[in-house]
Amino acid sequence: MLSYATRRLLGAIPTLFIIITLVFFMMRLAPGGPFDAQRRLPPEIELNVKAAYNLDKPVYQQYFIYLGKLAHGDLGPSYKSKDFSVNDLIADGLPVSARLGLAAIFFAILVGLAMGTMAALRQNKASDYSVMFIAMIGITIPTFVMAPILTLIFGVYGVSLFGYDLSLPVGGWSGGALRNMILPVFVLALPQIAYIARITRGSMIEALHSNYVRTARAKGLSSIQIVLRHAMRAAVLPLVSYLGPAIAGILTGSLIVEQIFGIPGIGRYFVQGALNRDYTLVSGVLIYYATFVILLNLAADLLYAYLDPRVRYAR
Amino acid sequence: MSVATDRTVELMSRTLDVKGRSLWEDARRRLFRNRAAVVSIIVLGIIALLALVGPFLLAYPFDAQDYDVVSCAPDWWPDPAVLCYAGGSHWFGTDSVGRDLLVRTLYGARVSLAVGLIATLVSLIIGVAYGATAGYLGGRIDELMMRFVDVLYSIPYIFLVIILMVIFNRNFFLLFVAIGAVEWLTMSRIVRGQTLSIKQKEFIEAARASGVNGFGIITRHIIPNVFGPVIVYVTLTVPASILAESFLSFLGLGIQEPLTSWGVLISEGANQMETAPWMLIFPALFMAITLFCFNFIGDGLRDALDPKDR
Repeated sequence: MLSYATRRLLGAIPTLFIIITLVFFMMRLAPGGPFDAQRRLPPEIELNVKAAYNLDKPVYQQYFIYLGKLAHGDLGPSYKSKDFSVNDLIADGLPVSARLGLAAIFFAILVGLAMGTMAALRQNKASDYSVMFIAMIGITIPTFVMAPILTLIFGVYGVSLFGYDLSLPVGGWSGGALRNMILPVFVLALPQIAYIARITRGSMIEALHSNYVRTARAKGLSSIQIVLRHAMRAAVLPLVSYLGPAIAGILTGSLIVEQIFGIPGIGRYFVQGALNRDYTLVSGVLIYYATFVILLNLAADLLYAYLDPRVRYAR
Repeated sequence: MSVATDRTVELMSRTLDVKGRSLWEDARRRLFRNRAAVVSIIVLGIIALLALVGPFLLAYPFDAQDYDVVSCAPDWWPDPAVLCYAGGSHWFGTDSVGRDLLVRTLYGARVSLAVGLIATLVSLIIGVAYGATAGYLGGRIDELMMRFVDVLYSIPYIFLVIILMVIFNRNFFLLFVAIGAVEWLTMSRIVRGQTLSIKQKEFIEAARASGVNGFGIITRHIIPNVFGPVIVYVTLTVPASILAESFLSFLGLGIQEPLTSWGVLISEGANQMETAPWMLIFPALFMAITLFCFNFIGDGLRDALDPKDR
């Protein structure tokens, strides 16, 4: 197990290296320098600016300088937000994005698991069909349609139930107040809820038809015990391998959600950077995300190997 | 075999009029028995037809601004306060600079469907060529080529498209190519897997024995045989591409004004939805229906081409 983990960790290094190289040279291939759009500078000042950002050196030298700084965890300065380095911007957005993303993934797993299990227990009945219909909607209707519609219902028109006002703020973060988090987290989690419910339903149905569940039933265990202690264990395994794609989906969704709800996270910096053609910011955030996704996939694989004794990563 | 049995067989086949059932014929029959898929094909056909001919039939050009009818509700809108009676009829209302929303929605349908088709075509060409080559050559080269796919897989693909759009500076045509150039990864994996199993078959050996070269074997014998799974994946790539384009356009990184797509319209609509919800509702509805249809067709095709449930 330990040797498997080390091998996988070492295997991630070339992957990351290739991504960094690819991103760096793609950015340098882009037509126009980062300061072209501004008002023309006198030549000597322009030279100074370029020297400050190492842009006067040949590309291969820039590449090694960039790699060297990366090795120290330095993603370089932001070309457009003058007084900030990319690290500053990421550090600024990270707590917000992390809180949003973690809340979304936990919510998605909790609700998806419950919905999928319910559908599996009532297979081919009305509640099964309605769960699968909700899942279909969650998968087909994109985040950027769902978010405005929900804002319209809960934020603009306002909803009240039994005299309670259920309306929610349409945007802003307010330091992560619960009221401000409900809509973004829900919108972010919805597609993942849908996928998780579908996966859980499938694996749960399979588990419920397996021999050991029949044995448990024959032993006289209550159905709650059977579902929670026996079937659930087998049913959550496919979810572990879905964790990687789920995180990727949440990262992608966060670009939209942070934009729509005006949440000051990394995703918004990334989009702003892309709109302003802030090369260092965009490549810095991308490298950061790639590292994150690779490590998380690795963690999911290790967790899978740990949970499923049948998996032996020999060789 | 004796002459008598030969004759019997001939007679029987003449009287029974036996026809062979090819895989495709079977698949088509099963597909047309799937009601959701058939309805989806019809609805999609109608949307495509509307997108093609609609803008010619309507009285308004897609980019004509009319400041007398800014943000007008559709003619039949229940709330009379937001209606304006000047200047013709607008079934879907108008946008914030007075452009007819029906024309723009149909025009957006053109762009979105075109993105879906062109990006899918690009991903099809790259994915099939790459996957078939890797699978056919095998060994070291295969390992290297698929390792590269794995590396690209580790980043969520929309981020790659965004990088490409930053580099190309939001060029309209390159947007199509950029989406296709990122969507080919799964396609190449599918094709490679199929190729690995097909190249062990006898007919490949026969082709090689009769002197066909590697290129000929890939193009004439392998690619036609991976068609089944590929076509299923194509029907899933089209909506994925439409979604990717809308995603980018929503963020302002895709199609630029005055050209439009569903993503652009939804983005504008989302900004105006408090005062003019029709600007959001119609493009969103069109897009959702289209995505639903492609998903149903994909599911139907997958079931139809699955030889297990004949």
